[in-house]
Amino acid sequence: MDLVTELAILCLAAFVGFEVISKVPNTLHTPLMSGTNAIHGIVLLGGLLVIGPADGVINDVLLVIAIAFGTINVIGGFLVTDRMLAMFKGKKEGGGGGR
Amino acid sequence: MDADLINGLYIVAFVLFIVGLRLLRGPRTALRGNQVAAVGMAIAVVATLLQDGVGDFGLIALGLAIGTAVGIPSARAVKMTAMPQMVALFNGVGGGAVALIAYAEFREAGGDLPLEELIPILFAAVIGAISFWGSNVAFLKLQELTKARPKIPPILNAGLLAIAVGLSAGIASGAEAEWVFLGVLVAASLLGVLAVFPIGGADMPVVISTLNAFTGLSAAAAGLALDNIALIVAGMLVGASGSILTKQMADAMNRSIGNVFFGGFGAGGTALASGPGEGDEDRTVRSTSAADVAIQLSYAERVVIVPGYGMAVAQAQRTVADLASELERRGIDVTYAIHPVAGRMPGHMNVLLAEADVPYDRLKEMDEANGEFGRTDVSLVIGANDVTNPAARTVTDSPIYGMPILDVDKSSSVVVLKRSMSSGFAGIDNPLFYAENTSLLFGDAKASVGDVLAEVHSL
Repeated sequence: MDLVTELAILCLAAFVGFEVISKVPNTLHTPLMSGTNAIHGIVLLGGLLVIGPADGVINDVLLVIAIAFGTINVIGGFLVTDRMLAMFKGKKEGGGGGR
Repeated sequence: MDADLINGLYIVAFVLFIVGLRLLRGPRTALRGNQVAAVGMAIAVVATLLQDGVGDFGLIALGLAIGTAVGIPSARAVKMTAMPQMVALFNGVGGGAVALIAYAEFREAGGDLPLEELIPILFAAVIGAISFWGSNVAFLKLQELTKARPKIPPILNAGLLAIAVGLSAGIASGAEAEWVFLGVLVAASLLGVLAVFPIGGADMPVVISTLNAFTGLSAAAAGLALDNIALIVAGMLVGASGSILTKQMADAMNRSIGNVFFGGFGAGGTALASGPGEGDEDRTVRSTSAADVAIQLSYAERVVIVPGYGMAVAQAQRTVADLASELERRGIDVTYAIHPVAGRMPGHMNVLLAEADVPYDRLKEMDEANGEFGRTDVSLVIGANDVTNPAARTVTDSPIYGMPILDVDKSSSVVVLKRSMSSGFAGIDNPLFYAENTSLLFGDAKASVGDVLAEVHSL
């Protein structure tokens, strides 16, 4: 893909990111930060892509660590967010009424 | 496998990310939103593994296994009160991964890369390294492993940034030696450490959120370098949403992000110079007992609980919730007033109270809560300090002047639960404690609330 297309995608993604997050209740700031935190674990893909073509022991070590880091970020991030959000569900008194 | 199919799967993945983020905006749908995003991530990973040229599956399996073995137990074991530092750590390893990938990619090419790859790689390396080290320092501070808040002259940070940018420019204009790239990483790492070290715990929400956005941006840069559309979109989504979140938090403290990072509360002597002109004559505090507090609460009609970091430290949330439901059983209206930056992470208090099964419609955000303090009988401040400090309204030379606060001093009486007479993280004296309608109950928050609850039971 050429650079201009990629930069266009980058810009549009930025605006989607801005729009999607504006006006979130404080209640959800922590889970939201934790959830977006898990999503940037996508860097894991970078490690997966680079390790195959890479030569040499040092590069391999660097990239195994990178993959492990990325995996911790993804799995840990989503699990922790899930634990937090699970507590917001199923409150007594029918989830606090219809509001 | 066919590149179009891979990219198709990537598109499915980032649509799921966006839908997931949208669902994360409402308490009812948030859990599903997180799951939708996780499915998107799984699709993105599988699609990448199917891509042509991806190899070394033994090493990939090793990395995934290590990450899983570390990630799952730590995410399961972490206490809700320790959530901010856990998020900081997860964020840090993400930034570390970006920096390592950038370094490996540079080594692999022997520094001989086209500019359109080199620039994003350098950007990813610098921001990734800052995020990794900054997050680790944030973890140390939140875990209270260090209380050091050295004064770092801004010129030093600016110098490090200049070195990182200067060496990067050298690489971009033809220098191929590996030590130059290492120099960039070292300068950025030092900058990450030194930028976060002087910042106090109260500002950590803004710091973590900023570093979260940084890691997203560095992931997007890595995506540009590796021509990977999933990395570009997901990284930028996080970069943008993280920036908005950071701004919302900084706004809640009436401070700019630059002010948090460079000066502000941490600026040594000035922090203590609050309000010397007034309130000095009447500096007595009224200490009270659990029995008195119990009586005050039982005869109230409206009680507002104002939780802060002290509640988190003492892990008092369940005891607090028990006290609230006991009072409600007696027909007293109990709500919680949550300041946007109470605790060490935005929404920190909400998470803790949710853990203690407090229905979220009992939690009032600042604007709503402030409208009601005037007709509140008792405000029960549990381990909160700076977010209740009336100096923010009146003392123009106070470091927190202008920060929106919870107007607890407008309620008929205020009971403050505190460990000791020390000032808050901002290091500022709080005139609330000396006010006529304020009384203080000293001790560990959990023990104090437990005592009050026992006294209420016996009434």
